[in-house]
Amino acid sequence: MDQAEAAEKIVTALKKKKGKSKFYFNDLCKILGEKPRPAKKFISKMVIDEILEYWSSGSTTLYSLKGVGKQAAAEHED
Amino acid sequence: MAKHETPLLDQLETGPWPSFVTDMKREAESRAKNERNIEYQIPQDCCDDLLGVLELSFKHGRTHWKHGGIVGVFGYGGGVIGRYCDQPEMFPGVAHFHTMRVSQPAGKFYTTKYLEDICDLWERRGSGLTNMHGSTGDIIFLGTTTPQLEEVFWELGHNLNQDLGGSGSNLRTPSDCVGAARCEWACYDTQAICHDLTVEYQDELHRPAFPYKFKFKFDGCPNCCVASIARSDLAFVGTWRDDIKIDQEAVKAYVGGELPPNGGAHAGRDWGPFDIQKEVIDLCPTGCMRYEDGKLEINTPECYRCMHCICVMPRALRIGNDLGCSIFAGAKAPILDGAQMGSLIVPFIKVEEPYDEIKETVIEPIWDWWMEEGKNRERLGELMKRQGFQKLLEVTGFKPDPRMIQEPRTNPYIFWKEDEVEGGFDRDINEFRKHHQR
Repeated sequence: MDQAEAAEKIVTALKKKKGKSKFYFNDLCKILGEKPRPAKKFISKMVIDEILEYWSSGSTTLYSLKGVGKQAAAEHED
Repeated sequence: MAKHETPLLDQLETGPWPSFVTDMKREAESRAKNERNIEYQIPQDCCDDLLGVLELSFKHGRTHWKHGGIVGVFGYGGGVIGRYCDQPEMFPGVAHFHTMRVSQPAGKFYTTKYLEDICDLWERRGSGLTNMHGSTGDIIFLGTTTPQLEEVFWELGHNLNQDLGGSGSNLRTPSDCVGAARCEWACYDTQAICHDLTVEYQDELHRPAFPYKFKFKFDGCPNCCVASIARSDLAFVGTWRDDIKIDQEAVKAYVGGELPPNGGAHAGRDWGPFDIQKEVIDLCPTGCMRYEDGKLEINTPECYRCMHCICVMPRALRIGNDLGCSIFAGAKAPILDGAQMGSLIVPFIKVEEPYDEIKETVIEPIWDWWMEEGKNRERLGELMKRQGFQKLLEVTGFKPDPRMIQEPRTNPYIFWKEDEVEGGFDRDINEFRKHHQR
């Protein structure tokens, strides 16, 4: 799997998930069907490419498509 | 005059201890006066508003901070924790009040210039409020606005040669005791390994891919000044394999009252003459010591490394010469399942640069297991509990060792597998019945 293919897989899968905008790293690994270490390379590059962004509660970090959900999701309003 | 009335906070200041409320008021006053003509980059009255929102929270009995946020510096998934106030109109100075974590130097050695520089930076681009080495261990900058995050990060990196620390589902800023720099009991160079692992695992520190937080902490000896055994997922506690070194002349000097016990630490009142039997020998948890005919003896294989005798008679007893560390896995604070102390996974390992054995046989196999098997927000200690200590031994390849359990049958985790038993688990039932009634 190359980077473009990985990005396509993740973006398509996340767009399908209605009512949920933030995802654990493990969720993204499952979408890619990869083990955590190779998956991390694709996912970190997607953050650099500004396709994904981090959301942090301080103790836990989640991923979302850039600009989707934003703070409203944290307050369970979307 | 204060911007907000804070009767409840004022009450907190009346207690016997130094008060964070007083600190915040002092900073609010200093910002209002601005005697140094600082060009504040965030609202000058942010500390007043912080006091105001805290007072309101006490009044309402609930928080007025929202939960988390997307803010960060480019490419980093840790080091910044988004904090937004849910009453921004009432308290505009803290509408955004993000926390930044700064990776503290190993052993927390600072120059005064460094401290002045980071405080000046935070005074100008943040609230000026800091939390030095709280429970996270790192330097916490409390409160700035979103546009200042990249500015602070740039100045830290370019002017102060300083990185952000860890937060979120990352490796957290590794933390260590002062070690060999000032302590004769350091069994390894805590600062060297703390720095090395911090540099080696930059990706794990800054780009979150763990199920939850992960902490390394390094204690140079079993006194555990950093409390690594209670506070870190992987604790490195210094120890030795050979005998405690005994200076019999110094032992006699303690017994004779020429040397004060505990380095004179309890000299504030008269405790009577030092009694080695009562104060050392009888307090040894394993009973591995005796003092007879003016000679102290220690049966090393029975010693727990509790450090009590060494702490009481530091001139007479010293750590051994064959030094290294023990590694404990799985400590955590209570969120699920209550608090856990670390479990011994490596009884002894040498701590020598470049630390390949520690990285390749302990840290990385544990991470690989936890990253694959750990549930979301599951700490290593919880995974160990769920899948068993035996699984941890399997993934690391360490052999079961009696030192890993407190006593037989209280925490059993070793079970035979069929392929380890001669003949397997199948038996000839007829042969069995010849000797055993139904």
